[in-house]
Amino acid sequence: MASLFETLWQAHEIRPGLVAIDRIMLHERTGAAALRSLAAAGRTVATPAHVFVVMDHIVDTRPGRDDQTLMPGGQAFIAETRAAAKAFGLTLFDVTDAEQGITHVISPELGIVLPGLTLVAPDSHTGTQGAFGALAWGIGSSEAEHALATGTLRVAKPGAMRVTVSGRLRPGVTAKDLALHLIATHGARGGEGMAVEFAGEGVTALDMEGRMTLCNMATEFGAFSALVAPDEVTFAWLEGRRFAPRGELWGQALAAWRGLRSSADAVFDREIAVDAALVAPMISWGTSPQHSVPLTGRVPTAAEAGLAPETHARALAYMGLEPGRPLLGLPIDGAFIGSCTNSRLSDLRRAAAVLRGRRIAPGLGKALVVPGSQRVKREAEAERLDRVFRDAGFEWRESGCSLCFFAGGESFGAGERVVSSTNRNFESRQGPGTRTHITSPEVVAASAVAGRIAAPWELG
Amino acid sequence: MPEPFRRLTAPALPFWADNIDTDVIIPSREMKGTGKTGLAAGLFANRRYRNPETREEDPDFPLNRPEYRAARIWLAGANVGCGSSREHAAWALAEHGFRAVIAPSFNPIFFGNCVRNGIVPVVLPREVVEGLGSPVTVDLEAMTVTGADGRAHPFTLPAEARAMLMEGLDPIALTLKDADAIAAWQAADRERRPWAWLAPQPNISKRTSGGPRRG
Ligand code: SF4
Repeated sequence: MASLFETLWQAHEIRPGLVAIDRIMLHERTGAAALRSLAAAGRTVATPAHVFVVMDHIVDTRPGRDDQTLMPGGQAFIAETRAAAKAFGLTLFDVTDAEQGITHVISPELGIVLPGLTLVAPDSHTGTQGAFGALAWGIGSSEAEHALATGTLRVAKPGAMRVTVSGRLRPGVTAKDLALHLIATHGARGGEGMAVEFAGEGVTALDMEGRMTLCNMATEFGAFSALVAPDEVTFAWLEGRRFAPRGELWGQALAAWRGLRSSADAVFDREIAVDAALVAPMISWGTSPQHSVPLTGRVPTAAEAGLAPETHARALAYMGLEPGRPLLGLPIDGAFIGSCTNSRLSDLRRAAAVLRGRRIAPGLGKALVVPGSQRVKREAEAERLDRVFRDAGFEWRESGCSLCFFAGGESFGAGERVVSSTNRNFESRQGPGTRTHITSPEVVAASAVAGRIAAPWELG
Repeated sequence: MPEPFRRLTAPALPFWADNIDTDVIIPSREMKGTGKTGLAAGLFANRRYRNPETREEDPDFPLNRPEYRAARIWLAGANVGCGSSREHAAWALAEHGFRAVIAPSFNPIFFGNCVRNGIVPVVLPREVVEGLGSPVTVDLEAMTVTGADGRAHPFTLPAEARAMLMEGLDPIALTLKDADAIAAWQAADRERRPWAWLAPQPNISKRTSGGPRRG
């Protein structure tokens, strides 16, 4: 009968096209505009207890940071967002808060996102949080203002799509690889306009962090949002979190959440099947996440990549590559482990396992690890992972978006080739002219050691 | 709140490559402030200026030609406003004085951002757009666009978008007309899903003008 998406949609539709919003998250890069405009119109926030404000995008990540940021004018974003959050009575995770971190990392950590909720943020990777069985999607600033003022959004209903992953990923293959495989196969617009539910053994076998990585990358699949049906793994992960229900309410919530799944006869507008056994470790070669191949592959021709010749030529010119060139062995200038895609504890553990007892290549420029949140940072330090990264020659940073994107401040250099655990390899995403190859944290780590794109199994 | 739009005759800027993305409309470097203003000078900055830093104009860019300096209508190519969802693109256009964009097709997010910011998005076939010349008249009452040659071309808009543009209503004001339905839904939801509601209670006491119940 009904898909999980349909169930969530119906539970929130006040009237056709008007949807109730349970949680709103704002960050300093786009949130300040919404709050300022709301104040200017003389409006207030309908339900302040449901709104959370985070400093993550342009805050500095160097040790000992404060409001100073390398982004020109960045301090004004921080100061204004802070003042507005206080004036409106919103919960704020400020620059030096013990729970500060990337919006999509701290929301689950704090139990802000819960199964069955609607959650929006003026940020395109909000769908990450759908890994918990919430309907979560990214919006624009004016929509954020609308959600704040009314507790609702006027929104055109997306389609329902299901991606079923049969079998389990092979050892050494991660959720990031699964996502890149899907996007490379079906294109960066493969999920356009769709609420994409990820299902099947290959998904349910993932831990929560892997599910978040997968849902995070659905944005690069063009999806409206991403979903995984909540299960016992989800519930165990959320229990006891700061904003999660407690006591009797927890019991009621569990009862409601256990029904959140697509029925056996649910109808989807589109379905895709993926065989997990066919997914290999992946890396991007071009300037769209769609431009990805297995790590052991070569830069494709336009025909092999299914691209228009101009698009293909432009991507190759930007990346300084030619068709037929193997990805393994390409010399690199920098390495980045972080972002809402791959900056959680399990990501850092896997990268550290590769780095333990090793050093990054001499001559490698910037090599950064940026934990997704202060909590991740603390937990990693408790396991001494920071020592592993530092001993290997990586910088160990404070949490935030950091060099996932270029905001006008810190960046990698023009023409520099960077392996990155992020989600976007667009032109100039990590700095003007920077060439980004997106891949898993363990491949970033192995490549940093080798000084060229390398697989963990090559290091011997 | 945007000014109501009925009918406008103005110079029309011909800048119509396909797939002009929001980074062309307003480069991220130009988004310096936290607000919706201070963006007009950055509009099309990478095309309009030879050197965006010094603001040295490129005389070949149409907006710098005398006949288009006062343009309030933009004639664009297909898939206009693609790329990043940044609403700054619509804000920069509006601040510069643009009230209409006419193109063979729009990126859906940009289309919505135009409507929200008092810019009429008009879809017309490519041959028509390229043949309009300048000045152009956009008439929301008659739902026509009239080119320099005096020929009128009908167009369509979703009813809600048209109403919003003609009334100068923003979607928040429109939604607040449903405040009672929203309040009723919320009351029922607190019974249905008590676990979904966080303390403290909704901020009813602090509400100022235009809050959800006042409409
Ligand atoms: S980490 Fe990167 S992708 Fe994620 S929210 Fe920050 S800037 Fe966006």
